[in-house]
Amino acid sequence: MKTITVRYFAMFREHAGVAEETLSLDAKTAHDVFEATRARHGSTEPNGHCKVAINDHMADWDTPVNDGDTVLLFPPVAGG
Amino acid sequence: MIEVSDARIDTTALQRSLTNPAAGGYCAFEGWVRNENEGHEVHRLEYEAYEPLVISEGEKVLAEARERFPYLEARCVHRVGLLELGECAVWIGVAAPHRDEAFKACRYIIDEIKVRLPIWKKEHYASGDSGWVNCERCAAHGIAD
Repeated sequence: MKTITVRYFAMFREHAGVAEETLSLDAKTAHDVFEATRARHGSTEPNGHCKVAINDHMADWDTPVNDGDTVLLFPPVAGG
Repeated sequence: MIEVSDARIDTTALQRSLTNPAAGGYCAFEGWVRNENEGHEVHRLEYEAYEPLVISEGEKVLAEARERFPYLEARCVHRVGLLELGECAVWIGVAAPHRDEAFKACRYIIDEIKVRLPIWKKEHYASGDSGWVNCERCAAHGIAD
């Protein structure tokens, strides 16, 4: 198990009801973290239009996660 | 240079900051808060941004634009917080030796910003409802992974 801090933004934060939480997860990749939080908070947003960052660097869904990482989950962006 | 701001964008001051004696052309884009989106009457918008990554990704976008369309000066400011109709939500200015680079770099920057930077827009509707743009609709329309 890894200790992962997850930060939620915009719609994800509203769904989760928290901006941040630290979870103990059996996760290998950023995608595993996303799936775990989706199940936890009942979100139906597909990851295809979402983005992820690990420790303040943009990452891919197959980027490995390590114990102590902070994973930032970004719902579909809409700047401009 | 890219910035996130919770204050009204002073476009005149920004334009002046791009002055460069080698510039023969200047192009700016302003994104404004519109009163309608996909059939919904919009009363105001609320922007949220994750500033550390807006800055780092935004600087990458500006560098890519410079590589493709060599410009002299470029700046971008994106608003956060609650915005009223007609307010400027995003401003991009580019000064270049010739108009072609100025137009193309400006276009490149706004197009990339819209799809890459961690910025979210919540619309507040006349009906009293609100919704995050691109989120619920993606899910509601069944757009697959």
